[in-house]
Amino acid sequence: MIVKHMRAKMKNIKQLSFYIFFVPVVLWLLLLIVIPQFELFIMSLRYEDDMENMVWSFENYKEFFANDIYWLTFIRTAFYAIFVTFLTLIITFPIAFYITKLVNKRYSAFLIILLLLPFWVSELVRVYGWTILLRESGVINYFLMSLNITDSGIEMLYNDATMIMGLVYTSMLFMIIPIISSLDGMDDSYIEAAYDLGASKLTILFKIIIPYSASGIVSGCIVVFMLTLGNYLTPNLMGGKNSLWFTEQIYNQFISSLNWNQGAAFGFLLLILSSFIIWLGLKLTRQNLSKALR
Amino acid sequence: MNNVLEIIDLEKHFEDFKAVNGLSFNVKEGEFFSILGPSGCGKTTLLRMIAGFVEQSSGDLKIRNKDMKGIAANKRPVNLVFQNLALFPMMNVEENIAFGLQRQNLEKKEIEKKVEDILGKVHLKGYGKKEVSQLSGGQKQRVAIARSLVLEPSILLLDEPLGALDLKLRESMKIELKKLQKEFGTTFIYITHDQSEALVMSDRVAVMNNGRFEQIDTPKNLYANPKTSFVAGFVGEANIFTATYKNDLQICLNQDKEDFVINVNFIEKVSDKCKLYIRPEAIILSPSKDIKDLNKFNLIVKTILFDGSNTKLLTQIENTSYELLVSLPQNKQFAHIKVSDVLEAGVDYIDCKTYAS
Repeated sequence: MIVKHMRAKMKNIKQLSFYIFFVPVVLWLLLLIVIPQFELFIMSLRYEDDMENMVWSFENYKEFFANDIYWLTFIRTAFYAIFVTFLTLIITFPIAFYITKLVNKRYSAFLIILLLLPFWVSELVRVYGWTILLRESGVINYFLMSLNITDSGIEMLYNDATMIMGLVYTSMLFMIIPIISSLDGMDDSYIEAAYDLGASKLTILFKIIIPYSASGIVSGCIVVFMLTLGNYLTPNLMGGKNSLWFTEQIYNQFISSLNWNQGAAFGFLLLILSSFIIWLGLKLTRQNLSKALR
Repeated sequence: MNNVLEIIDLEKHFEDFKAVNGLSFNVKEGEFFSILGPSGCGKTTLLRMIAGFVEQSSGDLKIRNKDMKGIAANKRPVNLVFQNLALFPMMNVEENIAFGLQRQNLEKKEIEKKVEDILGKVHLKGYGKKEVSQLSGGQKQRVAIARSLVLEPSILLLDEPLGALDLKLRESMKIELKKLQKEFGTTFIYITHDQSEALVMSDRVAVMNNGRFEQIDTPKNLYANPKTSFVAGFVGEANIFTATYKNDLQICLNQDKEDFVINVNFIEKVSDKCKLYIRPEAIILSPSKDIKDLNKFNLIVKTILFDGSNTKLLTQIENTSYELLVSLPQNKQFAHIKVSDVLEAGVDYIDCKTYAS
């Protein structure tokens, strides 16, 4: 009897703890993501017609395709985001490999802290740091001029290359951490075994190391791509008016034009775009999301 | 038979520490050769030198008469089965086995055929499409061996591959490995710290200690005639006593006040002190009167250590404080023995092995 009673009690406690963890998650998703998104979706389908009445319409979406600047910015943003993701991967993978496999285990934790350190400062401050370095009257130009390499300051800000550099810089950490954690779990004997079986170093990289860390690479790429696509600060500060980043179009609609309906439609298009590109990326590399996020 | 591996004065230093200290030995074609030693004796370093992962500090290493100095691991005709097997988790059984063949740029048809053949030989027909995680411990073992053997190496190196298996499986894998080696005819070099693995499977065993070989011999000789006290202590069980030299045929155990004299076959005087080794199974219980050359004494049974066919008695030699472990044959003859019984016992002079200490 007592045992039965205890079991029933245990079951209640288990159920209770399930709800304690479940309810905040549901509330968070519902109140902060689902409801606002739904509201935005409704908004994006509302349009002020010539008689100044709000009507249901696809006009906001049509506007996007009718105006070159919108969809060209859209495509440009998508391509640059993919490029930034790829570049970040290429730069961070060797670093992650070095930290997990080559360096003495004692130092690897220290190196990870060094990587994290800049991220204790807000993105805004870090990006301003770059502008101090790069602007016409900035630190780099000061040295170039004092060494008589150039006569007058060169404007290094406000071009695509600088903007991409800034975006790669801000997203590196989000790529390197998942790759480190997946490489960390890899036993060195896999590399040795492949070498022993006659593989060259390049083969080991492409057949053993990259496939093994695929889950880390995929989750890193997804995060970096999303963050880059939705980044507003870095393209705006480092790319300036020329940056033509799609988030600026959304911002303009909401803040400058006060056309919330148009802005909402743009927001939705961006959401569809990022989901589509991630789906395509997973399909092309034959990965799946649940495996990558494990 | 030809030597497949020749090692001459091989050394490996790590700063001041000599992991492998001037080894010279040969391994014959088709032999099952084991290197047996405690952890830290340098056997893994030796194996990694043969595989090509570690470069020797000095000395020569030849495989089929070809000097291996400067040849990287991926170019050597040897393959290594790792301690943790290192089967690639992102590939299935077939892909794992085909990995080495693909590196040799063979045709796809040929690779498929070879993989199919080898799976049959290791009794895993139809397992090609399985994931590594779906296999049992013994099956993983066989895939790892197949992955190396499919490349037809001159030598297959095995780094304690049975270490992670449970006892039952280890016993059956021992027999299986031996059979596989016979079928393939490949030279196996097997390193282990488990003496029973080495004794059961090998044609010859090298006992290694502190970077040197103490003895290279057949398992039977190693057990019956250990050349050094380390081998006598490491291979098989033994009762070990410290003793003093008396004359060429006698030594004294002198832990107690009164000396206890043991007759031995022959002892060369190296120093006053020596060590006496007696195997538990060398002690004869209730010996018949007409056996000659027997040290005789009475034993008091202190504990019976029951372990099936491996049952032993912990006894004390009567009127002394010396403890002696005695094997108890599991037949009806000795079934009556109880704790604190007194037994007549004897041990042949030849079975009292002495080593200078």
